[in-house]
Amino acid sequence: MTDRERQQALDSAELVAETAGPAPVTGELPPDDPVAAGGETRSQWRDVWRQFRSHKGAMVALVLFLGILLFVSVGPLIWTLDATYVDIRARNSGFSAAHPLGTDQLGRDMLARLMAGGRVSIAVGLTAMVIAVTLGSFVGLVAGYFRRMDAPLMRLTELFLALPLLPLLLLMVTLFRESLSQSFGPAMGIFILIVGAIGATSWMQAARIVRGDVLGLKEREFILAAKSIGTPPARMILRHVLPNVLSPIMVAATLGIATAIITESALSFLGLGFPPDFPTWGRLLFDAVDQMVLYPSRVILPGLFISLTVLCVNYVGDGLRDAMDPRIRGR
Amino acid sequence: MLNFTIRRLLLAIPTLIFISLVIFLLLEASPGDPLGDVPLTVPPEVKERMREALGLGQAWYVRYGLWLKQFFWVEPLYWFDSLFGTGFSDGMQRIISFQSRSPVFDVIAQRVPQTLTVIGMSYLVGVLIAIPIGIISAYRQYSWFDQIGTFVSMIGFSMPTFFTGVVLIIIFGVKLQWFPSVYDTTLVVRDWDSFLAQVRQMVMPVTVLALYNAAQISRFMRASMLDNLGQDYVRTARAKGLSERTVVLKHVLRNSLIPVVTVIALGLPAVFGGALITEQVFKVNGIGQLLITAIYANDIPMVLTVTFLFAILIVMFTLIADILYGVLDPRIRYD
Repeated sequence: MTDRERQQALDSAELVAETAGPAPVTGELPPDDPVAAGGETRSQWRDVWRQFRSHKGAMVALVLFLGILLFVSVGPLIWTLDATYVDIRARNSGFSAAHPLGTDQLGRDMLARLMAGGRVSIAVGLTAMVIAVTLGSFVGLVAGYFRRMDAPLMRLTELFLALPLLPLLLLMVTLFRESLSQSFGPAMGIFILIVGAIGATSWMQAARIVRGDVLGLKEREFILAAKSIGTPPARMILRHVLPNVLSPIMVAATLGIATAIITESALSFLGLGFPPDFPTWGRLLFDAVDQMVLYPSRVILPGLFISLTVLCVNYVGDGLRDAMDPRIRGR
Repeated sequence: MLNFTIRRLLLAIPTLIFISLVIFLLLEASPGDPLGDVPLTVPPEVKERMREALGLGQAWYVRYGLWLKQFFWVEPLYWFDSLFGTGFSDGMQRIISFQSRSPVFDVIAQRVPQTLTVIGMSYLVGVLIAIPIGIISAYRQYSWFDQIGTFVSMIGFSMPTFFTGVVLIIIFGVKLQWFPSVYDTTLVVRDWDSFLAQVRQMVMPVTVLALYNAAQISRFMRASMLDNLGQDYVRTARAKGLSERTVVLKHVLRNSLIPVVTVIALGLPAVFGGALITEQVFKVNGIGQLLITAIYANDIPMVLTVTFLFAILIVMFTLIADILYGVLDPRIRYD
């Protein structure tokens, strides 16, 4: 609430400054560098960040998510045990100093496997999100900006929305895993396949949101102004339209990471994801299900990591949406 | 309205045909061979005859056309015959599964009841939980109930069903031994005891799916209620002295349910898709499990038909959602 009051105070101060008459003439000249000298500047992104910080859940989630990112990226440098090293004598051991989170049925260290698995899972999530959002924004921008492309592209989007996605993903992964593994190696082939499949089937939401926003933007005066000085379409889109639809794209991107991570682990859980010696969180969960009666921790740990990551990403997306929505801002 | 419905129905036909073509071509492009499991000792000419018997000899468009004819003409005729005892479909070939050599729709008909009981029940339970939660958390916005409800729904939304399912199995199936962890599909409800057993084995899969659905729907419900609670008509209703109960449960709730009903209709096909995973967790041999085994076995007709049925569900429920929206909300006019 204090933040809200501060925001209101700031707004009203601004209002007063704007509506009050010309400032009384003082002896001083205006500063040489008004941007640096102005004290508290209010750029759009700083505003968004301030608003985002006031969303407690989103801040906690952001910190946790960065922690998870550090865990999977820096963790293997500190905990140097190899995730695929088989130590059959130490198999199925519980929590101990040598293996803080125990070992699996082949004696592979769970902590190292969780780190390696998280690295793949998050990499899949990020890459698939980048593909989906790029594709979606492109389709949305083109459909919204060029009237002629609108109808065909939106029909295409609707067609994709009508596809049964999970069955199709299963099909794509089963059918093409062999051929892609042969041409790119087992790990890389599956990575390309899964990332491509998820990206190609999850761009539709972003496309619809971006199209809607672009349609609204096109009616604004600054677009008319830019058009009247003869801006070519490519520069128009890149300089004037794209920066203004960036906020819905970023929200869609954040939420896209969560969906992609869940989809990848669901595929792995059905046994159709990465090969067994290539751990991901979903794969670890799937491998442990057979022995969940004896070693429940092996199921719960990767599951917790998946849920925590997705929860954090969802909260960050929520906070971002609140922070970027000018109607909610300042409430 | 009727005009709109007819137009949308007509538009659904090319959509569905396109989707079936996409699925068919995807299957066609696959390097997998349905005869891959046939022993190497089988001579090549016999293998060739087997291939022909499976109908794999012709060009793809012939087979696609044949499948379309079987799906849209032969199968409906067959149902008509079995309903009225006529003989229109005599001598016509139905869609045959590669695995079991029996008609695909017979196998599907065996599996549908399991999926429907679990999915239908869970969706119903989910909606019944979600709506009151959404109403209360919107009415008491930022109260502890709302905070907890939002947090729990965020968690329910983020936990994948295969994880919640496995956790429930570990807690209630293994440690506490309250519910069986494997769904017994051969169980026939005959008396009170078998009914209880059926309920007991349905508790966990239904809970998992219901939690997931309730999490999503309650968020929509809350947002929709909040939208309406701030409207002018609410102030008017209060100003003319209506009881708070009437204002919230009659005026606001009715208006807030309009978008939520469409969300519920739109979500139903996705729930069927998500059931793929839940069925795998609890070993329910429903449609999802059928699809997965068919994919593993390269059973092209089965995969094609089941996936296409999913597509029909999606297109149908999108249409239903649009129509419901128009029927429920008099401000929406499609014509």
